[in-house]
Amino acid sequence: MLADVAELGFFGPYARIVKSFTNHLRSLFGLIRFSEFGLVRFLKITMKKLALSLAVFALTSSLQIAFAGDIAGKVTLKGTPPAEKTIAFDDTCSKLHPTITTTRWYVTGQDNGLADVFVYISKGLQGQKFTAPTQAIELNQEGCNYHPYVSGVMVGQPVAIKNSDPVMHNIHALPKNDGNTEFNFAQPSQGDVNDTKWVASIKVPEVLVKMKCDVHPWMFSYIGVQDNPFFAVTDKDGNFKITGVPPGKYTLTAYHLKAHGSSPGETQEITVADSPVTANFTVEVPH
Amino acid sequence: MKLTLAQNIWLKRYAVFTAAVTFVLVCIGGLVTSHEAGMSVPDWPTSCGYNMFFFPISKWIGGIFFEHLHRLLASGVGLLTTILALWLLISQSVPKWLRVLGVVAFFGVVGQGVLGGLRVVLKKDVLGVPHATFAQLFLLLMCAIALTQTNFWRNLAIHSGTDTHRFRPLFIFTTVLVLGQLMLGATMRHQHAGLSIPDFPLAYGKIWPATDAQSVLRYNQHRMEVIGYNPITAFQVELQMAHRLMALVVFTVVGICAWRSRRYLGADHWLARFSLFWFGLVLAQAFLGAATIWTDKSADIATAHVACGALCLVTGGLSSMIACRILAIPAAQPDAAVKNELATLVPSSSISGK
Repeated sequence: MLADVAELGFFGPYARIVKSFTNHLRSLFGLIRFSEFGLVRFLKITMKKLALSLAVFALTSSLQIAFAGDIAGKVTLKGTPPAEKTIAFDDTCSKLHPTITTTRWYVTGQDNGLADVFVYISKGLQGQKFTAPTQAIELNQEGCNYHPYVSGVMVGQPVAIKNSDPVMHNIHALPKNDGNTEFNFAQPSQGDVNDTKWVASIKVPEVLVKMKCDVHPWMFSYIGVQDNPFFAVTDKDGNFKITGVPPGKYTLTAYHLKAHGSSPGETQEITVADSPVTANFTVEVPH
Repeated sequence: MKLTLAQNIWLKRYAVFTAAVTFVLVCIGGLVTSHEAGMSVPDWPTSCGYNMFFFPISKWIGGIFFEHLHRLLASGVGLLTTILALWLLISQSVPKWLRVLGVVAFFGVVGQGVLGGLRVVLKKDVLGVPHATFAQLFLLLMCAIALTQTNFWRNLAIHSGTDTHRFRPLFIFTTVLVLGQLMLGATMRHQHAGLSIPDFPLAYGKIWPATDAQSVLRYNQHRMEVIGYNPITAFQVELQMAHRLMALVVFTVVGICAWRSRRYLGADHWLARFSLFWFGLVLAQAFLGAATIWTDKSADIATAHVACGALCLVTGGLSSMIACRILAIPAAQPDAAVKNELATLVPSSSISGK
């Protein structure tokens, strides 16, 4: 069912929202089964109910209520992490950085929420196929650092690697899994963008692929690669939300690069049915 | 072509110069790995798409500076070595084995350049290990060629009065040990994992660190690295411990070389002097190794450690050559052919040793 939606390519993300919306309607009226209709026909049939549905949708959205098929939660850090280290930029990069910049191993926000945790479904989706969005995510080199530090992408989804700095960077991907290929290329000029190298090189899921700049060795970031669209990276306050998950039983994993290292991360068994799922994680600072 | 005295002096100067530039190249190579800059120029033989020799200086920033400088200097050493090999080849008074060494040096520098290039193009960290090892051996070769062009080398047989054959196996064995230690060091450096053990003289607070999976996980979790190093592995922890143990062995054996040569040959003997200098270098090298850890692998200290290691190998190699040379030419009865050769190349006052 979701595969049909994902096949819409560019419209995939919008279709997922619509699907989430229809799931909500189904739970309200028990009338519509999205899988039985094409997207266009579905929209026609539901036109009459649009006003009412939009009102309900707006209401639930404004109240930040999750829909069935959504998994939301928060990752909290327990304990006091070691102090971050100050990055000693070279002369060129220090001009781009008027303020002190530190490493980003443990970034915490409100209520000790832990940022940059990659949350994904590690079990329960075997055998299902999903089409990657054609819309690229961006990995920006700005101020001699990568932004974002941790991100996620589907296999086959482009990553637009951009140089926003007036200095040369090289982009060196260091995947570990068989099937993914290491690549390394230079972006000499400000404004350079490459959105083909990633897709051509990264072919299988991997948590996480390291990206680094050898010109500026303190520059590195990570990209989680999945063969399904059900993953998220926690925001600055440790919150995450995965939408449109089909009903079923899954293992949800939260992986933090420094706290978990070579271990698989924290896991939870969850069941997605008619109501949204809340999954909170606590990550302990290693002793 | 018979060499005149003046030509010989220039050949000697040229060979010494080539060896010195090679040593600088090894140091720059050390800076490349110390700054984790080996892949900062992602293409080869071009540099970021430019012809290597026309790569704009304005783009020599960050790690590119070290990597590109390394490539340019390597090209220079390649040219110097080619000229040296040709010079040796056309010089009839040069022994055949020395001409062969010149040819070996030529192919060595070409092979070394290609190996360095392949390491970049194929993106294989593992190729960095033989690249670093051959660099040390190539430096030794260039120093050996330079040594053979000196009056010291030619006069060595005349100055020697003691049979040093008993020292030959010891010095060669010790030099091989030093080479083994350098290979361990090169393997550590090309893991790109930083310090796999962050403390010294203990290791993670113990005499021998735990290397089970849980312990290694904990080591990685507690590292707050600024540089994008690879996570450390149990192998890397054991590798550093092997490097430490080997350092102890090298320190002891070089100490034995210095002590025995001094005791049996006398303090003024060249072999005793060389081995004492060697021992001093190993002491300095041990300190630099410890300092590398204490400074959290400061690039300058780590590079000095590489440079001093290279000097240790060269000193050991040249000492072994001296030990073999003295054995080969008995001091009491210098070979007539050698005498004649010396007479054509060096002033008579030098030959007489007065």
